[in-house]
Amino acid sequence: MTIKIGGEAGQGVESSGAGFVKALSRGGVHVFGNSDYMSRIRGGYNFYQIRASFTPVFCHSDDLHLLLALNGEAITQHKDEMVKGGAIIYDEELKIDADSLRARGILLCPMPLVKLAYESGANRIMANTAAIGAAVGITEYDFERIAEVIRQNFQRKGEKVVQDNLKLARQAHDIAKEKYAKQFKFKLSTIPNSPKRMILHGNQAISLGAIGGGCRFMSGYPMTPASTIIEFMSAKANQFGIVTKQTEDEISAILMAIGANHAGVRAMTATSGGGFSLMVEALGLAGITETPLVIVEAQRTGPSTGLPTRTEQADLEFVLRASQGEFPRIILAPGTIEQCFEAGWRAFNLAEKYQCPVIILTDLYQSAAVQAIDKDSFDFSKITIERGALLDDAALDKLTSPYKRHAITESGISPRAIPSHPNAVFMTTSDEHDEMGHVIEDAETRIKMMQKRMRKLELAVEEMKTPEVYGAKKAEITLIGWGSTYGALREAVDRLNEEGTPADLIHFVDIWPFPEERVTPLLKNAKYTVCVEGNYTGQLANILRTYTGIQVDKRLLRYDGRPFSPGYILAKLKEEVRLHV
Amino acid sequence: MSNVTVADYQGIEVSTWCPGCGDFPILKCIKEALVQLGLAPHQVIMTSGIGCGSKLPHYMRVNAYDSVHGRALPVAMGLKLANHDLTVISITGDGDGYGIGGNHFIHTCRRNPDIVHIAQNNQVYGLTKGQYSPTSDLGYITTTSPEGSIEVAINPIALAMATGATFVSRASSGDPKHMTQVIAKAIQHKGYALVDVLQPCVTFNKKNTYAWYKERVYKLDDEKGYDPHDPKAAWVKAQEWGTRIPIGVIYQEVGRLTYEEQVTVLKQGPLVKQGFNGRIKDDSELLKEEFV
Repeated sequence: MTIKIGGEAGQGVESSGAGFVKALSRGGVHVFGNSDYMSRIRGGYNFYQIRASFTPVFCHSDDLHLLLALNGEAITQHKDEMVKGGAIIYDEELKIDADSLRARGILLCPMPLVKLAYESGANRIMANTAAIGAAVGITEYDFERIAEVIRQNFQRKGEKVVQDNLKLARQAHDIAKEKYAKQFKFKLSTIPNSPKRMILHGNQAISLGAIGGGCRFMSGYPMTPASTIIEFMSAKANQFGIVTKQTEDEISAILMAIGANHAGVRAMTATSGGGFSLMVEALGLAGITETPLVIVEAQRTGPSTGLPTRTEQADLEFVLRASQGEFPRIILAPGTIEQCFEAGWRAFNLAEKYQCPVIILTDLYQSAAVQAIDKDSFDFSKITIERGALLDDAALDKLTSPYKRHAITESGISPRAIPSHPNAVFMTTSDEHDEMGHVIEDAETRIKMMQKRMRKLELAVEEMKTPEVYGAKKAEITLIGWGSTYGALREAVDRLNEEGTPADLIHFVDIWPFPEERVTPLLKNAKYTVCVEGNYTGQLANILRTYTGIQVDKRLLRYDGRPFSPGYILAKLKEEVRLHV
Repeated sequence: MSNVTVADYQGIEVSTWCPGCGDFPILKCIKEALVQLGLAPHQVIMTSGIGCGSKLPHYMRVNAYDSVHGRALPVAMGLKLANHDLTVISITGDGDGYGIGGNHFIHTCRRNPDIVHIAQNNQVYGLTKGQYSPTSDLGYITTTSPEGSIEVAINPIALAMATGATFVSRASSGDPKHMTQVIAKAIQHKGYALVDVLQPCVTFNKKNTYAWYKERVYKLDDEKGYDPHDPKAAWVKAQEWGTRIPIGVIYQEVGRLTYEEQVTVLKQGPLVKQGFNGRIKDDSELLKEEFV
């Protein structure tokens, strides 16, 4: 079932949503939570939605079962999403069009939310606590679970605040349970003996992966939705020996990370498309100087400021081509929380092995949406640290000939020294250079250097994972996607199969270098392909056509800033592909 | 380290500078200052941007990261934070360091990392063949300012002071002996140190020539009673330009902590020498527990 909490910014929508998610997850319920907010601190309209299930969930869903309306706008916004038998909990003072809502089969549950909040000795904002209490009451979930979260969340504000909130939640719970629970058929209950689960979003998963992967330096400039990465790394800096640096702009952010990497420290930066635009010049610098570098690009709706708090997948071709000239780069677009964690540490290995920039391409939806996943699914003991052809002091001690930073090798990878060893005094430069890093202009050296750098991709492509194929063996329809749409696509495929249309999914995580030899047969064998992407032009479909020569049959595109849901995909398929399902 | 000689710093690349270029003395003075201080090439790393002057590290034997236009300072900051044992010297020009890299300049000043910033200030864009620069004098005629520049020149000395730099100095290519002393002091200074070098571009700047500077430049060392630690006196000298131009250490604040000294993690030594954190695997369970 899906529960939405809607209200103004400042009404505690996000915090109460996150609290409810925790209460559900700790009771063993599978949850997925995401917020939809406007680019402002106060006012406007925001909502938080929670999908709760007895089986794992990977994305949000459009069918709404329970709405906690903290203002009238919430009802206006979501009434069309309500399922028959769904309920709206709202303050009894709120003027609403009750008759038309009842006519839709919606159960109306007016409650003295604000009154209770005042009476409890607290303030009006605590109406959100009352609403959550009421939600627990009507769904007959275990009150103790939410009580535990309230205690934890309000602990630092003192015992009185804890008690006020507990009392308030309890009162609202009791009223809702007594008055409305019988008429509401959607229920929540704890699942005993469930494994311990963590609730985290993509940015936290990437951060944990990066910490596990030995990232010791991060520079960044605040930009939604990437900022939570440097915030997390800063909070953990002293515990894990990480230096974080907020910079004057994104140009400086990427260059400091380049400097730190050049000095031998695993370093990263994170931004969104706008900040990445500023980083492009230095991306090429890392390319020609063969400096390892990890960049997280969390896409949001563009161009320019676009819809700054909304999602999109329109930077794929941008990150693939960004910068003048040609040089090796690696692009990873994780689709799940677990894949975000893996990308977080794997990116550093790839960056050091191939001495090139690695871009982890995510988006706002993935950055901020939380999912409950088994605690054991993040296994730090399985993280490997592969530093590639890095010369340590012992190797440099034995060096007898002058060190060549950009030595031409068969693999294209030049053994890397870090500055400070007497046997390896070296330079590198943004100019085309020779093996020693000295500026050159002759054509012959230029050709050799270009070939040497580009050769690294021939090895790197071997490490790129083949896209995951999920679903029916003999599919009539094949959905294709990349990155954060994995959850929605997977569920759409499940539903198609349940409805009798054999369907499967080809999902890309490792996008560049493009493993064309393995992708081409997958596409050739597909009967009818639909590439589903959050952009206007079908950027992955373009890449598929360029590198496999295969044109997908249909491009299903969304560019309204909203994330794909399974329901949206199915509706569009039925509308545009005329599926007989 | 007293056995370091200028020969250790001898580069092999052939210079592209014009005969008589004001960059030649700067190259010589940097080498001499490093030798005087007993620093060997592997203990030093230089960063530079783009411009005639930014080619300087190529004409030495030294660790160097020659980046893109205007970006020498943030690369230097990353290097310093990753390995603060290295002596980090950034070479910029005036367009490079004060124009396109202006934002990095002011923020590096206020952060006070232990980085030396040598700005080769020839008041003109040389490598792109003679356009006006951020330090070109008002009224200066170039291909892009045919009626004379209508912008007031940046005063890098005052700007550095105003944004919190702890060592602000000026040297002149016309007086290499003095320049070596200033650079040596800048390297010895604990914190960000600016050396703005008056560096004639013999090809494109026909106004601010060796002769023009010679008429105006005077040494602060010869000013009786001048104390660079007095910010008020320094602020007055920072404004001086035109008929008299002071060279030497204009301002120095001693005792302020460097950026890297204030980073908790770096108190255990240079980041690069701390290796990988062995604790992560032990602490990972606790870390994960925070999300339950």
